[in-house]
Amino acid sequence: MSEKLSGVIVAHTELAEALLAAVQAIAGDETGLVAVSNRGSDLKALMKRIDEAVGGRPAVIFTDMPGGSCAHTAAALARGRPELRVVTGVNLAMLLDFVFHRELPLEAAAERMVQTGRVSVGIVAR
Amino acid sequence: MIVLYRIDDRLIHGQVVVGWGQRLGIGFIVLVNDEVRASDWEQEICRMGVPPSIEIVFASVAEAAARLPEWEQDRRSGIVLTPDVDTMVSLSRGMPGRRRVNVGGIHAREGRTERLRYVFLTQEEAAQLKALAAEGVEVSAQDVPTAKPVPILELV
Repeated sequence: MSEKLSGVIVAHTELAEALLAAVQAIAGDETGLVAVSNRGSDLKALMKRIDEAVGGRPAVIFTDMPGGSCAHTAAALARGRPELRVVTGVNLAMLLDFVFHRELPLEAAAERMVQTGRVSVGIVAR
Repeated sequence: MIVLYRIDDRLIHGQVVVGWGQRLGIGFIVLVNDEVRASDWEQEICRMGVPPSIEIVFASVAEAAARLPEWEQDRRSGIVLTPDVDTMVSLSRGMPGRRRVNVGGIHAREGRTERLRYVFLTQEEAAQLKALAAEGVEVSAQDVPTAKPVPILELV
């Protein structure tokens, strides 16, 4: 069996750590996820931080806002790196789903995250 | 016209597009950087998430110096963005009228010391900004429009 996927959450200020804490509170400590903040870093320093978190393993990188420094840097890092996929619009629903589907092939996992994330956005009361 | 000359090593990102872009009603952003000017894929990444109502112009340092008057006469409001102090200093001579530079984000790197949460400068960068201020350019640090601008002379 192949190695399970890793997940790296890259987001503004404390968002990544907070999302990870919420995932752990719901799904337990074995999440396969690590959190990276863009705090105090230029693009180059942030790229190094993400690369270290990825650690050379196949990974889905979850970023918050398209066009933000996190998504920008992750996309630049993933260029020419077929073992990486970058997803934008990270939310709790997709991270929880990731924790239980880390055995999926990379491409399928990334596509699933986008679907799960989208489906979780809606109006539930009016 | 150019309503903001900004130094920001995160290039085109949330604070620029959303923070300043929304508030100032920006129609175009000029990114002055030789490296991005020469790279299609880096340009593509820079365009990500930018609403279609904002035009992105990629310029080399030389092109920017030549085209400043054209951008200053543009009917839309624009931002000129440089990733470092050097580039802004080289453009400053071409700025018309009341010259102002916004230090929006220069982050930690070896040799730099922290001046503000989002401003880290080497001695040389600090001296360059001080010299710019001495030439009559209003240089202040301000990451987002709602923050209080901090005059550069308080930081160098």
